[in-house]
Amino acid sequence: MKITTQAVQIGLQWDTRTGAVTVPVYQTATFRHPGLGQSTGYDYTRTGNPTRQALEEGIARLDGGARGFAYSSGMAAIANLLLLFGKGEHLIVTEDLYGGTYRLFEKVFRQYDLDFTYVDTSDISAVERAVRPETRGIFVESLTNPLLKVADVRGLAALCKERGILCIVDNTFLTPYLQRPLDLGADITIYSATKYLAGHNDTVAGLVVVKDPELAEKVYFLQNSVGAVLGPQDSWLVIRGMKTLGVRLDRQQQNARKIAGWLSGHPRVKRVYYPGLKGHPGRDTLCGQAGGFGAMVAFEVADHSLVERLLLKTRLISFAESLGGVETLITFPEVQTHADILPEIRARLGINNVLLRLSVGIEDADDLIADLAQAFKGEE
Amino acid sequence: MKFGTRIIHNGHEVDPSTRAVGVPIYQVSTYDQESFDRFGRYDYARSDNPTREALEKTVALLENGTRGFAFASGMAAISTTLLLFSPGDHLVVAEDVYGGTYRVLTSLFARLGIEATFVDATDLDNIRQAIRPNTRAIYLETPSNPLLKITDLAGAAGMAKERGIVTIVDNTFMTPYLQRPLELGCDIVLHSGTKFLNGHSDVICGFAVVKERELGSRIRFLQNAFGAILGPQDSWLVLRGIKTLKVRMEESQRSAGAVARWLAGQERVAEVFYPGLPGHPGFEVHHGQASGAGAVLSFKLSSVELTRRVLEEISLAAFAVSLGGVESILSYPARMSHAAMPREAREARGISDTLIRLSVGLEETEDLIEDLDRVINSP
Repeated sequence: MKITTQAVQIGLQWDTRTGAVTVPVYQTATFRHPGLGQSTGYDYTRTGNPTRQALEEGIARLDGGARGFAYSSGMAAIANLLLLFGKGEHLIVTEDLYGGTYRLFEKVFRQYDLDFTYVDTSDISAVERAVRPETRGIFVESLTNPLLKVADVRGLAALCKERGILCIVDNTFLTPYLQRPLDLGADITIYSATKYLAGHNDTVAGLVVVKDPELAEKVYFLQNSVGAVLGPQDSWLVIRGMKTLGVRLDRQQQNARKIAGWLSGHPRVKRVYYPGLKGHPGRDTLCGQAGGFGAMVAFEVADHSLVERLLLKTRLISFAESLGGVETLITFPEVQTHADILPEIRARLGINNVLLRLSVGIEDADDLIADLAQAFKGEE
Repeated sequence: MKFGTRIIHNGHEVDPSTRAVGVPIYQVSTYDQESFDRFGRYDYARSDNPTREALEKTVALLENGTRGFAFASGMAAISTTLLLFSPGDHLVVAEDVYGGTYRVLTSLFARLGIEATFVDATDLDNIRQAIRPNTRAIYLETPSNPLLKITDLAGAAGMAKERGIVTIVDNTFMTPYLQRPLELGCDIVLHSGTKFLNGHSDVICGFAVVKERELGSRIRFLQNAFGAILGPQDSWLVLRGIKTLKVRMEESQRSAGAVARWLAGQERVAEVFYPGLPGHPGFEVHHGQASGAGAVLSFKLSSVELTRRVLEEISLAAFAVSLGGVESILSYPARMSHAAMPREAREARGISDTLIRLSVGLEETEDLIEDLDRVINSP
């Protein structure tokens, strides 16, 4: 069954009592036991909630994993997975990753003697050189945020397998609709479901899918013990969002391509990062592993004065953090999403004071382009 | 302003833009910005959400703290707070702490290099003797779960303060209506808000409240970095639940007292644990620091068979995990709240196979007693 069909199916067969075609919002903390030592399968909502479970099973199916887990935010999902690792262990991480992930690794987990090396994961040999005897995991964003670099997931997963390292892929930018890392050999996928999966900028949520049932048990233990679970209402909203994942992304990609093309020809744009453009260094790799290029576009404007103009003079496009929703958003990574990354690292990566990031929505592309055009002109 | 008024009128119950007398449910992930380098009060909903914020401020106010934090569950509140500690740090923990807390301490934080010593915290000497040079916190529950043991909070906090140690109290059983640990000198109050604060068994949530600013900033950093936050719908439901906190607690507590006294007179009930009973060993200390005995009690029955029958045949109280709801809930600590604790550790703490915990809800007391009587005293 295709991903879009599976997405529409989530929760559909759930309510056998009434036949309702959506899963109910189980706004409950606890469940009555039929008798001593008996359970309906549900005991306590932190441990398992039917609405959350419908989402967890749905994402697991979409990603082809053994089991899915829903968390109160993408960061809660990542933090929970990091607890799989222990003192003295080492992880290799994509260098231009989301600032919140970087902050979590450096300011929370480093104190527990976990070590992180940040490398350009679009270069497999750089990853290979960073492997140490105590390396236990690779954490890859593919595509990366905000520079849309492409990691060869299949190649990295093979390297991991060979060395007995866990391969974790943050698939937030592509979603299972466009890329299924577990099929490419990865062990765990992770999502900020706040983004494309929920897709409406109305929910904060994180999801994890684990391929191996035994590893999934460990993740379940951590999810339940730490308790950073997603509430039933938010679980329901993510399910609702996922039903339109395919149609949203189709339109978003189409718009993104058009906008990236337009930006490339604009005299006041220095550089455009979009893997769908010819000449993008990761284009071929991405074509070999994903069904599309996504809907994130980053670009450098000619000078810093244009940054403020674009952020504030666009009328349709909101200046706000986050991405992946039906509405187009523009952000300034240097001071927003990547503010926690050290200035010298940002500079080396290309996250500078003329870089802007667009999350392209499902509005009409011509309107979006007209909005950008008028902002560039700076007319009142 | 009295507590009962403060839970209804605290300044955080009104929507500033419309003056609606309820806070809207801000089901949103992000906020449009007006300045390109000076962001507004809200920039991303993991960091701040107005609905969650109203709840956090309300809980902080009720606990008489400066800052409150809402989490996805009580365990998320506890886990995030424990991230304040670093490898090599040591904690002294009340031995009959909630099973889930015991589990994260022994299986997760132990692995991260944070060590815990479990002591009978009814005796401050036990705490004192367990303190080491690297002890950073004392972690308490009073009344404890499920045996309702009492710890002298002002005494423990005073001892901790002298040594520069933080005192953390899980105040779930009491709520700020009955006990406010920050006023007794403690530093951090934790809650499973799922229980009495929300009170309707329909939300999973947790809280941390502090009074000291610097500690507040550190927890705020961890809440945002770790992201185990409470969603807007759940935040709104808890705000709604808190409005009836006082009336619910008063009624449940009154009923719990009557049930405890009745149970104590039954031949097949071996022992009743409730700090409202005059013979309770912590009676004096408890009533010196709290304004009531709460609505949770435990009792031991004469046999495992009778225990099974009570759990299965009582019709009014739900046999379920959790507590603190409008509906009475019977639970079986050995297999539920303390199932995460190894058998020896559990039995050493008096959590036997004949122990039942009862969280008294809002049913009529006579109905509850009649129901218990029917099963316990059946021929």
